[in-house]
Amino acid sequence: MKRRDFIKASAVGAAAACGPEVALARPNLEPAENAVGMLFDSTLCVGCKACVSMCKEVNDMPPVIEGNNNTWDSARDLSPQTLNVIKVYKNGTAESKDKEIDGFCFEKRSCMHCVDPGCVSVCPVTAMRKDPVTGIVTYHADVCIGCRNCMVGCPYNVPQFEYEEAFGQIYKCQMCNQPGVERINNGQMTGCAEACPTGATLFGSRKELLKEAKRRLAMKEGEIYNFPRGDISKPDNYHEKAIPAYQQHIWGEKEAGGTNVMHISAIPFDKLGMPPLKERSSVSIAEGVQHGIYSYLALPAIALAGLSFVVRRNADHDDEGDDS
Amino acid sequence: MSAYKPLGGKFFTIPFIFFLVIFLISLYFIAERFIMGMGSVSNLNGGYAWGIWVVYDVVIGTAFACGGYAVAFSVYVFNKGKYHPLVRPAILTSLLGYALGGFGAFFDMGRWWQFYNIFLPGNWNFNSVLLEVGLCVALYIMVLMIEFSPVVLEKIGSKNLLKKLNKAMFFFIALGLVLPTMHQSSLGTLLIAMGHKVHPLWQTLHFQPLLAVISALTMGFSIVVFEASFSVVGFNRASETPLLKGLGKVIVGLLVAFLVTRFGLLILQGNISYLFKGDMASLLYVTETILFIVPIVILVSPERRANGGKLMMAAIAMLLAGALYRFNAFLVTLDPGPGYTYFPSVPEIMVTLGVISLEILVFMILVKTLPVLHREKHS
Repeated sequence: MKRRDFIKASAVGAAAACGPEVALARPNLEPAENAVGMLFDSTLCVGCKACVSMCKEVNDMPPVIEGNNNTWDSARDLSPQTLNVIKVYKNGTAESKDKEIDGFCFEKRSCMHCVDPGCVSVCPVTAMRKDPVTGIVTYHADVCIGCRNCMVGCPYNVPQFEYEEAFGQIYKCQMCNQPGVERINNGQMTGCAEACPTGATLFGSRKELLKEAKRRLAMKEGEIYNFPRGDISKPDNYHEKAIPAYQQHIWGEKEAGGTNVMHISAIPFDKLGMPPLKERSSVSIAEGVQHGIYSYLALPAIALAGLSFVVRRNADHDDEGDDS
Repeated sequence: MSAYKPLGGKFFTIPFIFFLVIFLISLYFIAERFIMGMGSVSNLNGGYAWGIWVVYDVVIGTAFACGGYAVAFSVYVFNKGKYHPLVRPAILTSLLGYALGGFGAFFDMGRWWQFYNIFLPGNWNFNSVLLEVGLCVALYIMVLMIEFSPVVLEKIGSKNLLKKLNKAMFFFIALGLVLPTMHQSSLGTLLIAMGHKVHPLWQTLHFQPLLAVISALTMGFSIVVFEASFSVVGFNRASETPLLKGLGKVIVGLLVAFLVTRFGLLILQGNISYLFKGDMASLLYVTETILFIVPIVILVSPERRANGGKLMMAAIAMLLAGALYRFNAFLVTLDPGPGYTYFPSVPEIMVTLGVISLEILVFMILVKTLPVLHREKHS
C-alpha cells in the first residue's frame, strides 16, 4: 500500500515537473506592424563617436573621462553613464578598414530593442515593457526592485545597474522616447541617427530599414550606391560610395526573434562580439515551460489535492498510534 | 509529543562566539552595502549581475534547506506518517535556510526599498519565472512557520490552539511538499532564459526544471542519509535503518534519473563534444557526475547501507553534487560575453559566511530553548 501511495504521489510530482516536455512552447513574438528601429552599417562608421556625444546630451549624462584626456568621451562599454558606445575591431596590422585579417572596423553597442525581448519576459514586476506600437523597450524605475534579472536575461548585456550608488537604478537606451525626451513621439529621429555624419546609424521603420539592408546586401561589391543619412523616410542628404564586401547577414533580421536595431557589416558578427544566438528566442522556450507547468495553476492544484489526501490518511494513522 | 525537549545549557559556547564574530563582521559589510551601494562591497558588473549572494544564498542555500521538503516526503508520504525524530530539526533548518535566503535576496536587491512591489498583483508579470520563485518562496516561508509553530505552542502551553492546528496540519504539510517542487524547479527554469550564457553542458532547456528539482531533492535527502549514518553508528546497529531500506531505492532512482537524463540530453542536443574538450567545464561536469555516482554505489547495496562511514560519505557527496551542479550552471561556467569576468570580493564572501553563521547561531539558540530535538533514545 505505502509503495502504491508513494508511486501515486511521485507520478503527480513527475507530471508537474515533466509538464513542459508535453506542453508546446509559444513561438517567437512577431515584430510590431509599425515598429521603429535603426540600421547600423559598420562599413560606413568612421568611429567619430558623434553619436556617443549626442546620446549623452539627449540623456543628460556626463562623459566618461580617462586620465587627462578631456577631448572626447572615453567610454569603452555600456554603463550607467553610457547608453550607446562605439567599439573598435582590430586584427593584426589593422591596415585596412573592413578587412577581417589585418583590418579594423567600428561597431555600435546600444539596446537592440528586441522583437522578443528577454528583459521584458523575465522582469517579475513589469518594469521592462515593450511598446506595442513602436516596439521600443522601455524601463520603469518606479516599480523596479533591482533584481537585475533583465541584465541576466539580455543576450547583449545591455541593461546596466548603477552599482556605485546607494539608490541606483537600471539604465538602457529607450530610443530617445522616454518621458521628458519623447523625440520619436514628436516626429524626430533618435539622437545618434541625427548626429551620425555618414548615415552609419540610420533611423526609420523596421520594415523600411530591413528593405534598405537587403538592397545593400544584394548589390555587387564596387557598385556605386547613394547612401541616405538620418531618417530613411526623409533623408537629410545622401552620399555616393562604392558598395563594400558585405557579409550576407543582417544581424537582427532573425536572431532570437529579431531586433528593431539591425546591423550589417563586412566582418562576421561573432568577431564583433555579437552573441551566438539561434533563431528561436530563449525566453519563448522559458515561457512555454513556465506556462506549461503553471497554466491556471492546474498541475500544482492537482498535486496539492493528491498529496493532501495521502498526507491526511498517513497523519491519521499517526494520531491513532499516539492515542492508543 | 513530550519526546521533544529543549537542550538547555549556556549560549556562549566557543563555537557560538566564533560564528557570532563572523556574523558581526558581515554586518559591517552589509551596512556598507546599504550606505555606499553594492559596488563598494561586491565585484558584480554589467555581465555578471548575479554573484554569490544570489547563487549561493538563494539558489544553493534554499536547496540546502530542502531537508524539510525531503524529510516530509520520506515521513508523511513514504513512511505512512510514522513519527520520526528528524521532522522538527529538518523543518527548523529549512525555515532558517529559506528565511535567510529571503534576507539574502533582500540585500541583493538593487532597489530594496521598493521590494514590496513584487507583492502587488498589479505589477505581476506572469511570464517571469523569477516572479514564481519570489512569491512561492515567500509563501513557503509562511508554511514552514506554520509547520514549526507547534514547537512554540508546546513551549507556551497553548493546548487548544495546538489541537486545532494539528487538525489542519495535513494541508500545510501537503503545501510544504508542493511549493518547494514548484520553486525549486523554477530555479532551473531561470537558466532557460539565460540562453547562450549558460554553458552547453548545463543548458538543457526544457529539462532544466526537472534537473533542478532532482538536484534539490538530492540535497534534501542527504539529511535523511546523514541521520541514518548517525543512527547506524550511534546505536551500534548491525543492519540498515528501516526508513532507508525503502527510501534508499527511491534516492538511487532519483540519482540515476538525473544522470541518465543529463547524459542522454548531451547526446540528443548534440553537446556531447563539449565533454571531451578537456577544459575546466568538462572537468567540472565529470566531477559532478562522480559526486552523483558515489551515493548510488553506496545506497544500492544493503551491506553498504548498514555502514555508517559509507552512509556519511554518500550524504556528503549528495550535498556537494547538488550544490556544485547549481554553482557551475549559474556562475562558474557562465559566460555573459567578451569583456566581463567575476570573482567574488572578500566582503561578498564575508557576507555569505555571515549569513551561514547567523543560520547556525539561531539554530543553536532555538534548539536550546525550544522542544526541537528528540532526546529519548530509540527503544
